[in-house]
Amino acid sequence: MDHPIRVLVAKPGLDGHDRGAKIIARALRDAGMEVIYTGLRQTPEMIVNAALQEDVQVIGLSILSGAHGAIVPRVLELLREKDMAGVKVIVGGIIPDEDARELERQGVAAVFQPGASLESIVSCVRQAASPAAR
Amino acid sequence: MSVATARQFTTLGGIPVEPAYGPADAPGELSAPGQFPYTRGIHESMYRSRLWTMRQFSGFATPEETNRRYRYLLEQGQTGLSVAFDLPTLMGYDSDHAMAEGEVGKCGAPVASLEDMETLFAGIPLNDVTVSMTINSPAAILWAMYLVVAEKQGADLKRISGTLQNDILKEYIAQKEYIFPPEPSMRLVTDTIEYSAQHTPRFNPISISGYHIREAGSTALQELAFTLRDGLEYVDWALRRGLAIDDFAPRLSFFFNAHNDFFEEIAKYRAARELWATILRDRYGARDERSMKLRFHAQTAGCSLTWQQPYNNVVRTAIQALAAVLGGAQSLHTNSLDEAYALPNEHAVTLALRTQQVIAYESGVTAAPDPFGGSWFLENLTRKLADGARDYIQAIDEMGGMIAAINAGYPQSEISRASYEYQQKVEQGAAVIVGVNRFQSQEPEPPIDTLRIDQTAHSQQAKKLHRLRKERHNGNVERSLNALRRAAEGDSNLMPFLIDAVRSWATVGEICDVLREVFGTYTERMSF
Repeated sequence: MDHPIRVLVAKPGLDGHDRGAKIIARALRDAGMEVIYTGLRQTPEMIVNAALQEDVQVIGLSILSGAHGAIVPRVLELLREKDMAGVKVIVGGIIPDEDARELERQGVAAVFQPGASLESIVSCVRQAASPAAR
Repeated sequence: MSVATARQFTTLGGIPVEPAYGPADAPGELSAPGQFPYTRGIHESMYRSRLWTMRQFSGFATPEETNRRYRYLLEQGQTGLSVAFDLPTLMGYDSDHAMAEGEVGKCGAPVASLEDMETLFAGIPLNDVTVSMTINSPAAILWAMYLVVAEKQGADLKRISGTLQNDILKEYIAQKEYIFPPEPSMRLVTDTIEYSAQHTPRFNPISISGYHIREAGSTALQELAFTLRDGLEYVDWALRRGLAIDDFAPRLSFFFNAHNDFFEEIAKYRAARELWATILRDRYGARDERSMKLRFHAQTAGCSLTWQQPYNNVVRTAIQALAAVLGGAQSLHTNSLDEAYALPNEHAVTLALRTQQVIAYESGVTAAPDPFGGSWFLENLTRKLADGARDYIQAIDEMGGMIAAINAGYPQSEISRASYEYQQKVEQGAAVIVGVNRFQSQEPEPPIDTLRIDQTAHSQQAKKLHRLRKERHNGNVERSLNALRRAAEGDSNLMPFLIDAVRSWATVGEICDVLREVFGTYTERMSF
């Protein structure tokens, strides 16, 4: 039997808007995944440490504050430093198209902008966590 | 049975809407506008005498750029200012703090020092312009800076007009920009209410908010109920401080969302006025009618704006703004079409302001106060919202008040549930979002021009702070911070100490660090 997918949903930086992150966390849980929600105001260090401790396959970052340019590369860098490059990172929030392309170029598995369906997010996480994706 | 009769209609918040309404649905007397309980409006003549204040929430990059935008908006006919601060400022961090990395100037203006506050209002006479500031945990500090700047400009503190959002309860419930735990935070809010009652009689020390509660996903009913109950909590604390109800209640102001369901929103505002007036008179013995008159600012719903087909947002905002006006708002912000992407660019914010001006000057709706008053549908909806809110208020009373309810996670879980239920409806297509889950674009859409804020704001602010810390008299800073610390440990009103500290050029971050030391910090319990 497959182990359930383990996902960390995180709110990095100072942004306190958690409506989306909480809905996604719940949707992933309803889809049978094990979800750890970090709560607000996490630093990249805290997020990566939590991901390590919780042994997750996917990290979901929710950022609506425009600070993704500083935060996401730092998370990716820390994952590389800790030899956790197998952990997939998915980003959602207010991310302009050019920035989304750049984040994908840097190694983010997917970027979700406003209006994305829960179904598309859930299936993206499922795919990102699959052994074939590693 | 036809489709029309088979299908259930409800308001956005889930209140059933019947196929037809008649006189039996709206029994009873209705007071006139300007008459207790002010269901129809707090003034007899409403917009016939004076329009709502057109007050666009604004701030970005640096205090200098923000000041330019403020002067531009005033030139375009805006009649009040509304300050948006950046996240580091909102969270009590200076622009050069580690936690400010990547965040400076992105969501609002960075204000770390008295110098920044002065720059923000350069060329803007605070004696004559009404200013609202959206700031919560460090509100007392930013207000201290504002008062010092006003004084430096030669303004009369008895005359200055404006509003401090300063509603910490809704931070725990919805906006989540809390720093300290509830009790010391309530002490700070009560300090500002007390100080304002004594020194700034035309300034609203608090804007008790439902906007954010709604943005977090609540229904209109929950927005109404939780906002009013938050208000009662502030009243209780002020009374315990020893203030008389009529000494401070006239300056409690409110802030509601203006969301999509047109009639539900209008009904919500009317129910809010009716409930507040009744509660202030009957529960608290208020005698001054100004204590009973609920004054509110409204903002069109940010969460309703879409990334897809952004020009649709102009239409949404116009309809939402119209609801706020028909609901008797005293002040209004209209969102810009590009706000699902970024902070408003100049073109978009101008159009948003014009939206208000078209309503005010072309639509004719300002001529008759509460023009929908007496509509069977609207009166029935008003009644339902008022009754539902009373039930929620009673439930929270029975829990021991709003702080107890927050500690038990009650309003937060109500909001989470409503938010998830709505999202499910969107996913299933039962709730239509034009351009998103229906009537989507067939072709990729042309990109719209949006505001980009880069890192120069950060480096400018960091340089400024570095210079400030070198040039100021650090002995004075230390002295004032020590005095603040001692006062915070006791129970004096902190406003004079904060004013002293900002005068000595202590920064927002430095002052908050002292308060963090004394008050501790708050962590919410994790749940989703």
